[in-house]
Amino acid sequence: MNTLPLLLKREYWEHRGGFLWTPVWITGVILFLTVAGMITAEVLRSHAQVQVGFSLDSLRNDISAKDFAAAGNGLDMVQLVFSAIPCIGLFFVLFFYLLGALYDDRRDRSVLFWKSLPVSDTSTITSKALVAMLLAPLIAFAVSTLAYLVFLVLVSVWTAMHGLNVLPAIAASHPFGMFWRLLLTIPVDALWALPTIGWLMFWSAYVRSKPFLWAVMLPFAALFANWWFGVLGGPHISSDLRLAEILARLLLSVMPGSWMNGKFGVGSPKGWVNPDSEQVVGSFDPSHVYSVLATPDLWIGVVAGLALLGGAIWLRGRRIETNV
Amino acid sequence: MSVMDMSTTTTSTIIRARNLSKRYDATKALDNVSFDIEAGRIIGLIGPNGAGKTTALKAILGLTDFEGELSVLGLDPRTHRPALMEQVCFIADVAVLPRWIRVREAIEFVSGVHPRFSRQKCEAFLTHTKIAPGMRVRELSKGMIVQLHLALVMAIDAKLLVLDEPTLGLDILYRKSFYESLLADYFDENKTIIVTTHQVEEVEHILTDLMFIRDGRIVLDATMDQVGERYAEVMVNPDKADDARALKPLSERQIFGKSIFLFDGADRVRLAALGELHKPSVADLFVATMKGTYA
Repeated sequence: MNTLPLLLKREYWEHRGGFLWTPVWITGVILFLTVAGMITAEVLRSHAQVQVGFSLDSLRNDISAKDFAAAGNGLDMVQLVFSAIPCIGLFFVLFFYLLGALYDDRRDRSVLFWKSLPVSDTSTITSKALVAMLLAPLIAFAVSTLAYLVFLVLVSVWTAMHGLNVLPAIAASHPFGMFWRLLLTIPVDALWALPTIGWLMFWSAYVRSKPFLWAVMLPFAALFANWWFGVLGGPHISSDLRLAEILARLLLSVMPGSWMNGKFGVGSPKGWVNPDSEQVVGSFDPSHVYSVLATPDLWIGVVAGLALLGGAIWLRGRRIETNV
Repeated sequence: MSVMDMSTTTTSTIIRARNLSKRYDATKALDNVSFDIEAGRIIGLIGPNGAGKTTALKAILGLTDFEGELSVLGLDPRTHRPALMEQVCFIADVAVLPRWIRVREAIEFVSGVHPRFSRQKCEAFLTHTKIAPGMRVRELSKGMIVQLHLALVMAIDAKLLVLDEPTLGLDILYRKSFYESLLADYFDENKTIIVTTHQVEEVEHILTDLMFIRDGRIVLDATMDQVGERYAEVMVNPDKADDARALKPLSERQIFGKSIFLFDGADRVRLAALGELHKPSVADLFVATMKGTYA
């Protein structure tokens, strides 16, 4: 009996609020602000006859093909932003989802119900990891893609009211290319996130109470203790081992795109402050993104994550109720 | 089917336990326990709080580790829980259905993961209740939650049903109907039910077997018929009370100026001479057997 689709569905039922409604609300707020901005511009213009920023009407006359190309690139950036902002929400949703994944049902004893069904611990944990790796990011991506389409409609209608045809700009953008590029980052995100997924689920399966404290405070305390021993001249792990980076990998890797630091040549902090849209969009080229797969950092993380998940499966068979 | 040694197990034995032990730190929850459970029985596993009932059930369900040898339907529950759960159903007390789940989701989930679940049967059971498909478990009363859990479980054609205090905290109407539906709509000669409860009087008439457990040991393991043959209660007038005490009763209590003595294995003819003979209730037998447990 293939139970995996149903196990995924079960997670979705339980966490619909985080997986579906969080991105819906976030993109909804962005769209609302877009509309609010349009209304503000209209109202201020009609009241005071003041030009706010730029006048669409004046643009109409001296617009060139080059401007459309630039606008197209701008739209590509907007599409990127639409899919990136819900990722911040997704990070928090996934972090707490994973921390509770193997703990909440033990605390309220519903684990006894789940365990009374012919589903193995391995399937249960696999399904929960797959939800964090693929299902939740795909839902967020679908929502943000739809929101971007709504945004395009809003902008088209608004500019049309001013007699401006925005279609050439849309035609100059690359919605499908961007869609595929962004979609293809999800598997890389998933592999990159494995150490955090494993770490959080391991503690979720281990603790009798307060998973947050164990998963987060324990490594910080260990890091601090190591530093302190070092200061005292005692035995400690030398800073060559990049302990802080390891800690970040264990706790923060579920942030989509967190593999994009300067080291991989995919964007840079400077580039994000003052983005050159063409360069930023270009850095999402699959050949660029998938070069992360050639780094040992990713694969060490994958191995560590799978080992931690193995530990979580082992614990799931032994630690059943939190009070025993 | 199984990797375990089946040579001493007859086909109708569904649980075979040998020298089960389980320790929690200092206390022994199970202390070298051995027993067999046959198919088609309803076994009451009765014991004081902390006697090891729940530990024994958890061992059977593959929810705890233990020492010793245990075979349930020919499988070792420690290593074969998923396979075992196709044949075994389990209701712990009412609180274990996840509170966020909707009735229709629970039905969809169980019907999807359980090969022996009949959605039709489950829905038929629920039509007799006030439970609607769109309701969440947290909106249901305790009694309704247990009705839902029972409907889910009775729709599974399993060989063994384990009930751990299934009616805890329910009012008498729900408790009555719980056991009535179990007997009328579920139980047959191919099924076995193990039940633990403190409300002994309510299950007494449905049990076929009785097991008393105390301090991790089984102190009584008998069919209800054997219990009836072995134990007898006599109501004795005060003038014959000393004669009765001479026969070493298990217990003595006073009602309306008469003494009631409970005997284990005493000669019926001699007892009859002392006064009126009764079959003791399980509750009285339990109290007599467990004397001094909390002292």
